[in-house]
Amino acid sequence: MGLKIDLDLCTGCGACVSVCPFCALVQRAEDGKVEVNEACTACGACVEICPVGALSLSVEEKKVAAADLDAYRGLWVFAEQREGQIQEVAFELLGEGRLLADRLGVELGAVLLGHQVRELAGTLFEHGADKVYVVDHPALGTYTAEPYSEAMSALIRTYQPEIVLAGATSIGRGFIARVAIQVDAGLTADCTELDVDLEKRLLLQTRPAFGGNIMATIICPDHRPQMATVRPKVFKHPNPESGRTGDWIVESLDLKDPVVRVLEQVNAMKNEVNVAGAEFIVTGGRGLGAPENFKLMAELAEALGGAAVGASRAAVDAGWISSFHQVGQTGKTVRPKIYIACGVSGQIQHLVGMSSSDTIIAINKDPDAPIFGVADIGIVGDLFEVVPELIKALRR
Amino acid sequence: MHIVVCLKQVPNTTQVRINPETNTLVREGVESIVNPFDENALEMALQLKEAHPGTKVTALTMGPPQAAEVLKEAVGRGADSVMLLCDMAFAGSDTWATSYALSMAIRKMDPAPDLVLFGKQAIDGDTAQVGPGVADWLGLPCVAYSRRIEIADGKAIVERAYEDGYEKLEVPLPCALTVLKEANVPRMASLRGKMAAKRLVIEPMTAESIGADPAKLGLSASPTRVVKIFSPPPKTGGVKWQGEEPAVVARKLVDLMAERKLI
Amino acid sequence: MAELNYGMSELAQEIRGMVREFAESRVKPVRAELDETGEFPTALLRELGKMDLMGLYIPVEYGGTFEGDSLPNLIAVEELSRICCGVSVSYAATGLGADPILLGGSEEQKKKFLPPLASGEKWAAYALTEPNAGSDAGSIRTTAVKKGDTYVLNGTKQWITNGGEADIYTVFAVTDKNRGARGVSCFIVEKGMPGFKFGKKENKLGIRCSATRELIFEDCEVPAANLIGREGTGFIWAMKTFDVSRPGIAAQAVGLAQGALDEAVVYAKVREQFGRPIIANQGLSWMLADMATKVETARALTYAVVRAIDLGAKDYSKFSAMCKVYASDVAMQVTTDAVQVFGGYGYMKEYPVEKMMRDAKILQIYEGTNQIQRDIIGLALNKEYAASAKK
Repeated sequence: MGLKIDLDLCTGCGACVSVCPFCALVQRAEDGKVEVNEACTACGACVEICPVGALSLSVEEKKVAAADLDAYRGLWVFAEQREGQIQEVAFELLGEGRLLADRLGVELGAVLLGHQVRELAGTLFEHGADKVYVVDHPALGTYTAEPYSEAMSALIRTYQPEIVLAGATSIGRGFIARVAIQVDAGLTADCTELDVDLEKRLLLQTRPAFGGNIMATIICPDHRPQMATVRPKVFKHPNPESGRTGDWIVESLDLKDPVVRVLEQVNAMKNEVNVAGAEFIVTGGRGLGAPENFKLMAELAEALGGAAVGASRAAVDAGWISSFHQVGQTGKTVRPKIYIACGVSGQIQHLVGMSSSDTIIAINKDPDAPIFGVADIGIVGDLFEVVPELIKALRR
Repeated sequence: MHIVVCLKQVPNTTQVRINPETNTLVREGVESIVNPFDENALEMALQLKEAHPGTKVTALTMGPPQAAEVLKEAVGRGADSVMLLCDMAFAGSDTWATSYALSMAIRKMDPAPDLVLFGKQAIDGDTAQVGPGVADWLGLPCVAYSRRIEIADGKAIVERAYEDGYEKLEVPLPCALTVLKEANVPRMASLRGKMAAKRLVIEPMTAESIGADPAKLGLSASPTRVVKIFSPPPKTGGVKWQGEEPAVVARKLVDLMAERKLI
Repeated sequence: MAELNYGMSELAQEIRGMVREFAESRVKPVRAELDETGEFPTALLRELGKMDLMGLYIPVEYGGTFEGDSLPNLIAVEELSRICCGVSVSYAATGLGADPILLGGSEEQKKKFLPPLASGEKWAAYALTEPNAGSDAGSIRTTAVKKGDTYVLNGTKQWITNGGEADIYTVFAVTDKNRGARGVSCFIVEKGMPGFKFGKKENKLGIRCSATRELIFEDCEVPAANLIGREGTGFIWAMKTFDVSRPGIAAQAVGLAQGALDEAVVYAKVREQFGRPIIANQGLSWMLADMATKVETARALTYAVVRAIDLGAKDYSKFSAMCKVYASDVAMQVTTDAVQVFGGYGYMKEYPVEKMMRDAKILQIYEGTNQIQRDIIGLALNKEYAASAKK
């Protein structure tokens, strides 16, 4: 079970060792042949690269009756709402969910959890949902992970969807992981691409790993539902069909009182445009050199008509700007119409957060900066000279 | 108080490169480190230990034998005890199976922890699922994305970050947290700590010794499976302007943006 | 980067690794700003305390980790100096302030004052120099007059490193002005004692984040129990202190020079002129070779002398003076050469070498100017060869 090494075929060339992202393969001192340790995730990268076919993956097929899996039908989207507003990512997922549901020939459901939020169902139907599952309960009034996961799990057990999608937001990623444990489901985080294998009715979930250096495609063959969180801005907001309706399922559940109490809520970005949804973003990186130079970014943002100001991890780590502005693997993922990166070198961890932007413009002194590899328009120059000129030109 | 911190040994993914010819990952020369967010979780535990004398901090990790290095680093910084889960039975575990195994290890601990801390995400897997998963297996409330904690009267006051702000929450103990980088600056190991780490003899715990159900371990128990690993295709088709006057290039850019109806 | 082990202990190697990592990750990012503002590196010293690195020279029985091997402390100073001399002198000067207590203090004094220094909770400073008494230390004028079970101190000390930041000061004052050098005594004075004030903080050419202040004693009453040894022994402790502290200055110099060399070699490999890296020019690579040889010589001499002292050498004043004078002259030369290697860029504050050159100068001046060091060596030679030169 797992990776099998045919020691007779193995020549000790070490090709597999250098390609294993997890350091799971080690060459024996005495003959250079490889051994595998528990870090192996059975990703198969080594199997492909072995020139003599000494490696193979054997995966036990679970004796799960097809009938058991077939009982699960339908594709659900978690309609994340905060303070009575459905979050953008939920609409994006309904759009993609609609396409996948149509290919699978199943219904698209939306799950609405909250307190006194029923009227939000209308917009969910208009964006493609056939059914809206509502749990309206005081315990769900303010988000805390435990009642939300309890409610979602109860719905899943009762209605048995085969696929559940949620936004990879700080809410989504927080409670969906608990749901996966509670209902014994497979969960893939931060997907950037979804597809279906119609023959096996499998969701093909593709996501970046290793800081964005590699992409992995993941399936959940023997467990249902197949769950995935998807980054905001990966999919496009669908055009709503005004007046479209569907079926309501209002589920009354006896939820435990939340053990976590919310004492205070602070919106730290009240006076700033949030990068998360912005159409235009101006990002400052290490090349800015000092915190006060973010003023220049703010000026450019203003000249663009109210863009958001983003930051690379280097700028945030240096304490030049708060982490709410950080774009990247451990920051926010953005997909604006225009992304202007100033003094950003373009480490892969940053690119992972913004490479799907419609138009990427990069300004950097270093002609070999990796950012130029993804920029639609690259300007090699001193940002302290180019940006003021750009501001001038925009103001005209 | 007993605090358990879960740490993972990961490759330093900021050093990883793609071989442009074969389009595969080059792992050579990439060092193994303590997952950076786990360092913040450990620091949070150590600061609580300083604020609440008598607190014990246990560092827990799951991995191949060399994962013991992260435990030694934890002791160097001030952790009091360690646990290493090391067993081929864990190989190929996805987050479901991993969180199960870790939860069984935590159940074995005496006294039971008041607080279980995790880093926000591992920089190789990037899922951020193991923390909430372990909490669920243990039946504990979990606050993800924590940046500050205070303990008083058997309760934790936690600051949790959202995309645009934060919340202050009151959570009963025992509970679990995942910790952000902005929570603190991790301390370096002390001399006495390093001496203690050198003397450390770590007996790895196996799946059997933690009473884990074999049907819930490793590749066969993992609901998710990786079917393909590939390198993201390189982007092409951009223009690069070099050696031009700033005023000229700025004008060019604005014209191009207007032409493409971007502004 | 290739390093010779010089047969140092495992502890010394461990310390080198720890302090190097600390210097790279904690000191390097802030050194330019500390130099610019002159702000004392309080947080850095606190962190070193938490890492158990402030007591490397203090015996175990007083809370430190010293067990006869002086190299760990020396190497800590060297590694800090490689990144910032301002930080390393603040670190080393607390040891200097503690030395009279270690060398001449009573058991009670050691038990009282050394443990907080070992833990890094408190810092020390050494107070000998006065406006009219630098090289001529014998002409200090601060007086200490016995009054009941206290001594009343009056006078001013100048250019005291860690002045104002330290809690514990070893202060040299005249108890009997008729006995010259034998009339000086050493007292432990604590910050906060009535009549003990601080004067201005100096604005310096280099080691700018180090706090250099005037100490003012106006009828400052110090308990008699704080007298180190007997009245009149002050200069014995002062001289013995210099014998052990001069290698510390040499360590600063070695570290500083090494840091400058590191920067210069990297720059020479990266900077291209006339189509190739400048290190390809033999003239320049010879310059670097000479710099490296000097640094290694300074290092080897210093380590050897310190090891000899640990092994029980007597009469090593000449050798301590040699390390100090040689290494500090090397540091001045190497840092100046480093700026030269950098060319125009070396002159700009954006690059680290101009600070290193400014920092180097003081190493030739404090703890006994290099002229005084040469006097010591010369006098020693004169004495040593007296027998052979008999006519």
